[in-house]
Amino acid sequence: MTKPTRVTNSIREFRTSAGLTQIELAARIGVTRQTLIAIEKGKYSPSLEMAFQISRVLDTPLDHLFHYPDE
Amino acid sequence: MGYAERNTWAQVITSIIAAAVYAAVLVRRLRIQATHEVQWVQPMLWTIGATIVAAILLSIGIGIVAGMINSDTEHRADLRDLEIDRFGNRIGQAFLLAGSLGALILAMVRADWFWIGNTLFAGLFLFAVVGGIARLIAYRRGFQ
Repeated sequence: MTKPTRVTNSIREFRTSAGLTQIELAARIGVTRQTLIAIEKGKYSPSLEMAFQISRVLDTPLDHLFHYPDE
Repeated sequence: MGYAERNTWAQVITSIIAAAVYAAVLVRRLRIQATHEVQWVQPMLWTIGATIVAAILLSIGIGIVAGMINSDTEHRADLRDLEIDRFGNRIGQAFLLAGSLGALILAMVRADWFWIGNTLFAGLFLFAVVGGIARLIAYRRGFQ
């Protein structure tokens, strides 16, 4: 199994603020609802391209959506 | 549960059941016959064919039930499914390779065809089952 990621995200918060459901956001970035759920729960790290798509749909900078802890 | 995960469950379940039935048939025959006399080709072909058909039917069945429970159930795979599929194949390939090498060695030492055929079959079975279980773990526990 791959190493757990230290990247966390606030997609859920920004998605609900934008008034989007999981199904709507998933459709707009071209993934299934299960994949969006996995991303929001930190169980799947999206590709850089997918991260940019999420950022664009939610109109939120990447570093507001994704966080990486300081050493 | 997504489309690709449902298919993986169907594949793993049917592979395990089919291999158990095949093994039971062979063990019964081996009790009364020597390996070179045992008819294994027909049961193996039936096992492979039945596994493919059963996996398709089971996947359709699970899909229908999932659709009845949740009308938003999707019937497509995406990038994550593709990545998890590749991950499962990478894990399973080790067993496929071990089965192939085992069969090659058995052929070199002129072992009975029974052992060569069944070693290859075991490699294929482990490729499907271990790779499938790795995919299911990735779906359930997360995939980075």
